[in-house]
Amino acid sequence: MAFIEIRDVTFEYKMATENSDGAGSKSNVGKSDTGKAGSAGNQGKTGNITEVVGKALDGVSLDIEKGEFISIVGRNGSGKSTLAKTINGIFMPSHGTVSVDGMLTSEREKIFDIRSKVAMVFQNPDNQIVSSIVEDDIAFGPENLGIPPVEIRKRVDLALKAVDMYEHRTKAPHTLSGGQKQRIAIAGAIAMMPECIVFDEPTAMLDPMGRTKVLEIIKNLNSKGITVILITHFMEEATQADRIVVMDRGKICKDLTPKELFSDSASVIASGLELPIVAQLARRLRERGIDLEQGILTSDEFAKSIISLSTRRD
Amino acid sequence: MIRDITLGQYFPAESKVHELDARTKIIITFLYIIETFVVNNFLGFLVLAIGLAIVIGISHVPPKFIFRGLKVIIVIIIFTFVLNMFMMDGRVLWHWKFLTITYEGLYRAFFVALRLILLIIGTSMLTLSTKPIELTDGFEKLLSPLSKVGVPSGEIALMMSIALRFIPTLMEETDKIIKAQQARGADFESGNIIKRAKSLIPILIPLFISSFRIAQDLALAMEARCYHGGKSRTRMNQIAFKKVDLIAAIIVLIFFTLATMTRFIDIWHFA
Repeated sequence: MAFIEIRDVTFEYKMATENSDGAGSKSNVGKSDTGKAGSAGNQGKTGNITEVVGKALDGVSLDIEKGEFISIVGRNGSGKSTLAKTINGIFMPSHGTVSVDGMLTSEREKIFDIRSKVAMVFQNPDNQIVSSIVEDDIAFGPENLGIPPVEIRKRVDLALKAVDMYEHRTKAPHTLSGGQKQRIAIAGAIAMMPECIVFDEPTAMLDPMGRTKVLEIIKNLNSKGITVILITHFMEEATQADRIVVMDRGKICKDLTPKELFSDSASVIASGLELPIVAQLARRLRERGIDLEQGILTSDEFAKSIISLSTRRD
Repeated sequence: MIRDITLGQYFPAESKVHELDARTKIIITFLYIIETFVVNNFLGFLVLAIGLAIVIGISHVPPKFIFRGLKVIIVIIIFTFVLNMFMMDGRVLWHWKFLTITYEGLYRAFFVALRLILLIIGTSMLTLSTKPIELTDGFEKLLSPLSKVGVPSGEIALMMSIALRFIPTLMEETDKIIKAQQARGADFESGNIIKRAKSLIPILIPLFISSFRIAQDLALAMEARCYHGGKSRTRMNQIAFKKVDLIAAIIVLIFFTLATMTRFIDIWHFA
């Protein structure tokens, strides 16, 4: 049995259409990210308000093994963020089941066991930091789990060192840069000692330097055995994973290794994605008749391929 | 510029006063407030003032910072002073048309003004020497016995600390909104008071909406980190009374007793 099993999950949400007068906004909570997702389904009329049932997720099944590094990509509103939030029971699927290490997210009494196994890091670093002192914020998760103070202290120090922020431990978060704040948020997740961390576009609001550092930390965590689920818009980041899951309109349309995925560049573009820059370059050169091999993703591979090309010519 | 704001009026320094447990300081401040009302003569105030001066001396907080707190209420002090001066009946010192200053009035005016000044300086020593986060922790601990009768002390403390945490975030947000509205041609600098107040609406409404969005995000993040109320929650920082707290408490109690005793010796000499 896989560590995380997602079975035929559908996530429906109600949205009031234009001629409504404010009703239905209640059911819109937390869907800002998925508002445009899915196909409009049943239209039910209640008075003069038309409620549309949309599907942010539509029959998604996915298995994730322990220690895997998978990335989920897809255009805006493809349902990737919603999928991530069903894994630790923040969203409950309308149909289907999600289980983590044999525990179903629908069993409410186990929800905190699940959340301590599957931690989550969100997009906006500012909005996920609770305390006005860095180390207090990292302690927040373990405190909620009811861990003894001495043990919390140890975990906080370890987590701070893992993200290379130990010297900033007594600072106020608002004095740090975006990348540093996101590292604090990651440390907050690490301190819960999860088996899996879901990153929901962790680098979207960071500058290139902060982005590189955060990705480095993510890879490091994975090498220590933590399962990583990385949702991203940056294909360069996605190619670091063992597996890329492509989502479109609430469905999984591809589940391949980075090499397999990007060798078929036409279908990548069809699902609303961009090729990594190196792959784009290779593709254009190929179009101009230069005989480069398929599936080039990194600059190293590109260089090798060019060299082999020139040696072949000789 | 917005990044440099200090939360509250905490003055960072290393001193015995800063070192005290927040609970000790809260209790002392509370007793001090009562004491300023128990004392009914100038000698008692002298005792309190000497005590306060010693605390200020030990705390390494520059007097400049302490008197800054007084600026805010100077109007109130002057107002009560003038009111008391003219309103009391008694031995007339000075008389002009309907205005009369009496000996008792003048005494009373000085007395009340002094009480107010001592009150403000004394209580601001608490916030000057204690980090806001320590204050909330202290309040949580002090309120925790009340949680047995249903007072959610942990939740109250968390609310206070989240509020403190988000002051700089909301300031940055306000800054962004102001700039965005200015870029769209909004004018915040001209016109009379009413016009200027109205021009705040395009700032306040987006700020309101964005603070709800932030709250939503934060709630999700807290849920993902297993927050489920104050029950079975532990804390990393265990605050504990130290020797210095006991010494401070004893010294303070001596001063309070002295100040209270002046009630009984002084009555015949002054008023």
